[in-house]
Amino acid sequence: MLRIDRATYDAIVAHAREDHPDEACGVVAGPEGSDRPERFIPMLNAARSPTFYEFDSGDLLRLYREMDDRGEEPVVIYHSHTATEAYPSRTDISYASEPHAHYVLVSTRHHERQTGVAGDDVEFRSFRIVDGAVSEEEVEVVESYLFGHSPTTVVYD
Amino acid sequence: MAIEVRIPTILRTHTGGNKTVEGSGATLGALVDNLDSQHPGLKNRLVTEEGKLHRFVNVYVNDEDVRFTGALDTEVKDGDSVTILPAVAGG
Repeated sequence: MLRIDRATYDAIVAHAREDHPDEACGVVAGPEGSDRPERFIPMLNAARSPTFYEFDSGDLLRLYREMDDRGEEPVVIYHSHTATEAYPSRTDISYASEPHAHYVLVSTRHHERQTGVAGDDVEFRSFRIVDGAVSEEEVEVVESYLFGHSPTTVVYD
Repeated sequence: MAIEVRIPTILRTHTGGNKTVEGSGATLGALVDNLDSQHPGLKNRLVTEEGKLHRFVNVYVNDEDVRFTGALDTEVKDGDSVTILPAVAGG
């Protein structure tokens, strides 16, 4: 299951809407081993394409170095599909190389702002992709990650 | 001195979980062969049957993407730092 806070969820959806009809992509980093997506990092789609996305190779190196320095890993790797459903494509599966990451797919095919379609709807789904096998997982949106999770809530006797 | 190579999570199964390994060689191709002799299977994950770097991986020598410096023919020397990262891409 993916637990993600409301602000990060909204930021991913907003990024996908903004870059429509091109695919949007990015990462939410979190402390290594924590499974907590905490730091939203929108990335440039170097392919600038409605059917493909790719992090620029220089950006990729800087991103991983920065995460490494901070003891983080990519907890969420997201991208949008702009004409098809929010499900990993064959290309997505062949490239997926972070077995610990939640692969978030957002579809803007029915979103309202650019398309004018009534009943605005952006799909948001999450998957694990391990050794070419896709499994969908639940998405739980929490109001804030800090509340109830922060060490400050620990009561010492 | 040797060449330090940073290994991404997905390839650490070949390096006993190690994040960095060391190797030697005059070119990136020779370095990959050397690494493969210490960590069998690594080369297959980096190089295609035709002897080219996989489209799915990015390799950097001292922060320089080797696609722009001669790919496997890129010259390397002791003290260089090599980083391997899987491309983040899809359709």
